[in-house]
Amino acid sequence: MDILYNIFIDPFVQMGNAPDFLLQVLWSGFVGGTLYSLIALGFVLIFKASGVFNFAQGIMVVFAALTLVGLYNLGLPAWLALIATIGVMALLAIGVERVVLRKLVNQPDIILFMATIGLTYFLIGLGESIFGGEPKKMITEELGLPSGSTSFEPFGGLVIIEHLDVAAVVMAIVLVTGLAIFFNKTRIGRALRAVADDHQAALSVGISLNQIWAIVWFAAGIVALATGIMWGAKSDVSFALQIVALKALPVLIIGGFTSIPGAIIGGLIIGFGEKLFEIYWGSLLGSGVEGWFAYVIALIFLLFRPQGLFGEKIIERI
Amino acid sequence: MKKLLMTGVALATLAGAALTTAQMAQAEDSLYVPSLSYRTGPFASGGVPIANGYADYLNMLNERDGGIGGVKVVVEECETGYNAQKGVECYESTKGKGALVYNPYSTGITLQLIPKAPVDKIPVLSMGYGLSAVAVGEKFPWTFNYPTSYWGQMTAILKHIDANGGLKGKKIGYIYLDAGYGTEPIPLLDKLATDMGFTVAKFPVGVKEMQNQGSQWLNVRKERPDWMIMWGWGAMNATAVKEAAKIKFPLDKFIGNWWAGSHADMRAVGEEGKGYTAANFSGVGKDFPAVQDVIKYVVDAGKSQIDNKDHVGDVLYNRGLFNAVIVAEAIKVAQEKTGKKVITGEDMRMGLENFDLSEARLKELGLEGFGAPIKGSCADHEGGGAVYLMQWDGSDWKKLTDPIVPMQDIVRPLLEQAADDYLKDKPNWETQKCS
Amino acid sequence: MFYREVGQFKTSYKADQSIFPILQDRIGIAVILFVAFAIIPAFGSDFFLSSIMIPFLIFALATIGLNILTGYTGQLSLGTGAFMGVGAYACYKLTTFFPDVNIIIMVLLSGFFSAAVGMIFGLPSLRIKGFYLAVTTLAAQFFLEWCFIRISWLYNYNNSGAIEVPRREGFGDIVLAGAAATPATRYLVVLSIVVLMTWIASNIIRGRIGRSWMMIRDMDIAAELMGVRPLYAKLSAFAVSSFYCGVAGAMMVFFWLGAAEVESFDINHSFLYLFMAIIGGLGSLVGSFMGAAFIWILPIIIRALPETFGIDINAATVEHINFMLIGGMIIFFLIVEPHGLARLWQIAKEKLRTWPFPYT
Repeated sequence: MDILYNIFIDPFVQMGNAPDFLLQVLWSGFVGGTLYSLIALGFVLIFKASGVFNFAQGIMVVFAALTLVGLYNLGLPAWLALIATIGVMALLAIGVERVVLRKLVNQPDIILFMATIGLTYFLIGLGESIFGGEPKKMITEELGLPSGSTSFEPFGGLVIIEHLDVAAVVMAIVLVTGLAIFFNKTRIGRALRAVADDHQAALSVGISLNQIWAIVWFAAGIVALATGIMWGAKSDVSFALQIVALKALPVLIIGGFTSIPGAIIGGLIIGFGEKLFEIYWGSLLGSGVEGWFAYVIALIFLLFRPQGLFGEKIIERI
Repeated sequence: MKKLLMTGVALATLAGAALTTAQMAQAEDSLYVPSLSYRTGPFASGGVPIANGYADYLNMLNERDGGIGGVKVVVEECETGYNAQKGVECYESTKGKGALVYNPYSTGITLQLIPKAPVDKIPVLSMGYGLSAVAVGEKFPWTFNYPTSYWGQMTAILKHIDANGGLKGKKIGYIYLDAGYGTEPIPLLDKLATDMGFTVAKFPVGVKEMQNQGSQWLNVRKERPDWMIMWGWGAMNATAVKEAAKIKFPLDKFIGNWWAGSHADMRAVGEEGKGYTAANFSGVGKDFPAVQDVIKYVVDAGKSQIDNKDHVGDVLYNRGLFNAVIVAEAIKVAQEKTGKKVITGEDMRMGLENFDLSEARLKELGLEGFGAPIKGSCADHEGGGAVYLMQWDGSDWKKLTDPIVPMQDIVRPLLEQAADDYLKDKPNWETQKCS
Repeated sequence: MFYREVGQFKTSYKADQSIFPILQDRIGIAVILFVAFAIIPAFGSDFFLSSIMIPFLIFALATIGLNILTGYTGQLSLGTGAFMGVGAYACYKLTTFFPDVNIIIMVLLSGFFSAAVGMIFGLPSLRIKGFYLAVTTLAAQFFLEWCFIRISWLYNYNNSGAIEVPRREGFGDIVLAGAAATPATRYLVVLSIVVLMTWIASNIIRGRIGRSWMMIRDMDIAAELMGVRPLYAKLSAFAVSSFYCGVAGAMMVFFWLGAAEVESFDINHSFLYLFMAIIGGLGSLVGSFMGAAFIWILPIIIRALPETFGIDINAATVEHINFMLIGGMIIFFLIVEPHGLARLWQIAKEKLRTWPFPYT
């Protein structure tokens, strides 16, 4: 009986007793969720356009953030460092397209996926030899990101809202809206979707695959940079950050591999879900459940809705 | 085809040659000290300064005094990436060259070397990490953990808390890296909690969640502990301090262990981390004659791997340096006792056991006040060192307390108990009798 | 010239279906086995045995396990490391309960535990495949890692959360496991197990079960129409694969490392085995050995090279080069030879067959 009480009643009693704390948990779940969404967005972009599941997105996040901090430390002003980093990400996109993707056209998806794992290893080695392994401080103030926090006192409690978190949410919204417009309203965006549907058909109507891929990887690079800035400001910039990117996988399963709104909703579900579960139920299992909780949600989703919430129906049924 | 074959043969020869040289014995007259370093991987931020401090001090002895007792010290680094498998490979590849002592700087690697040490007759010095129980010299003749064990450190921190507002009835939050390293002090903490009348709330941080500690700190808010103690390493530390500042936890009541308070971590936090306290057992800064010598003979001469000269004297740099001091002193003791210049692993073990780093000796070395005196014995392999606390002032670490001696009377029986537990299923374990 | 099967006639079905139908192959394998069983333990140094050969063989076995699942059945798995962990912890618990039973038997038995766990996490494969399945194996990876930390019963409530190999003797009083075991003994044990299990694997793959796996891999719907039951085929692949991984994991701890934390079974290791399988060649047993050798031995050589030539490069730089090289190699292989080293070996065999008159 105790167990049942602990699972079904006690957590809700706790929520009711400290509504301010519940609000705080929800807020932090929301922020965590937006950050997951941002990472997932990078995956979705590339998957949509080239059918490649880009495992290297995590290391791209680290690489972009490190480049930004590294260039700033070389003495460039923050805005110039930002522009230069975007330039580096563009070069990286073109490089990947030239050296890897172009050579692997028409290979099975799984081969492309593994190639991106290879790319990950390559970038880890390259990044560490250029920037060294020490964690770096993100240039938060120099980029004009707000710091500090505002406290509210609802229900006689305390809720702390970090300004940085607000900025992260705003940034995510802006990026997503921008990308949605880009995908749906521009010529290149339509070309992108055509490529995603069918490589050969897209080629036959005169769309340059190579160009599109470079653009998509570049866009993913910018998303990576944004993610790196926000996550770097929350903790710091180090290679350990790339592991966080693996969290995007369950987000993608829930949201669907090809849907931008899916990435957002999926990220939020994982963000809210894992925070609530860890805080109110985690202690029953000995805490630290966050590491796998997201995957278990994803597994459950897989069993009932393999294509995700917003994904396109998978034709290859078993 | 022929060409391909030729290249194949050439490559094979090359590979063979490479593998044999990896095996070749070192030149006769030298003291060979392998350094299992990690300059790569997720914990490189800690590994780099330690490896630098360690190598630089020993190289300084070579440059300034022509080695130890007239014999040059050869420091060879082997990159482990904090990975236990690579660590074992490093061990196997260097042990045949006459290695004197191993400092693995990873609890995982230490655990693997502990049973190997008596077989290969090479002592292991896990300075401030590894298995706490190795402090019991009777049970672990080949392993040392100067200046004190994790458990000793934990009691020193608790003593500090007790002196600043009392422990009884308080709630202590323990946030730790969810691996062997972080879970090791828990039995002690649980026992002390019942003995001393405080409660413990535990907050594990998964290795993959090091930079994503939102939930742990929400839980801290929920539990409202009076003090927080952290067993962290690498990227976890900076994130934890930032999160603590975010939930407005009083940072001067947040105490990290000696691996959770380094310059590398806190520089990334900066002003926000003001007040955060951490334990330490080695000196901070460059104001020691020995450190100045290192700068003069090694760093300024361009013989160091350090990339920023200002980082000489950082907490972890000095930690590596202190490790080198202990190794050098033990070599000296061994040389004096055996009368040999070139010593073996067995001599080194004897040197470590008869090791006495008194305050006078520290002063002689140009390290006055660098650390608490350490004196080893057959039974005591942790040397009865002390821990002091330091505080981050926004840009540098400042000494907060005098050295705090751990509660040896409480810790020692527990250590002996743990040592017995360790040996329980190892019937042929080599032990020694101490009179 | 030398490698030509002219004149070798098969007169029975048995001869036609032998594993090595060509005489030269039989001689070759005999020579390899002789070198492996007699020459290497007799003349190899401790370092060569315990840091090169033992890990190489263990990794090869794990790669065979992964290859059964990914290469032969086409189910991508990112949870190899965790399945190895199940084997290791199971073996540790078994030998704690029954300290007198020969450790080799325990190592083999522990495979069944990981096979059972593998089947549970293989269940979703009945509904999904591709990346989606990869994610479920990731779930297995993270969940099992968490279990290895949180369930302290698994490591006998050890303070440091690690499993430490106790001293184990067998076959009279030869020390098989523990720090006192000589590298040569451990090597011979590992080698025997790996040879035996490779032989079994090659027969499973040639047999009915193996062919049903490959049918599933090549086209699942067609396979189903021809009477292969996906449920049995897939789950048996998960079971056999996990069995191999589990044995490899138990050997890794008991005959190589001597102690292990959860870190030895983490996601990075899972990737490492995947790399071995890819570089060696998906769907090839020889390739598993080649891939393991490539990924494990190449970095050791790279690390030793600067010293051979007297160049002073620091250890970290070498490690960075290693990472870039392995990453680059993977991409290179996927582009130039997606079938890996095994395919190169096959091409070489073809060439040898016609050498020195390639146009006759």
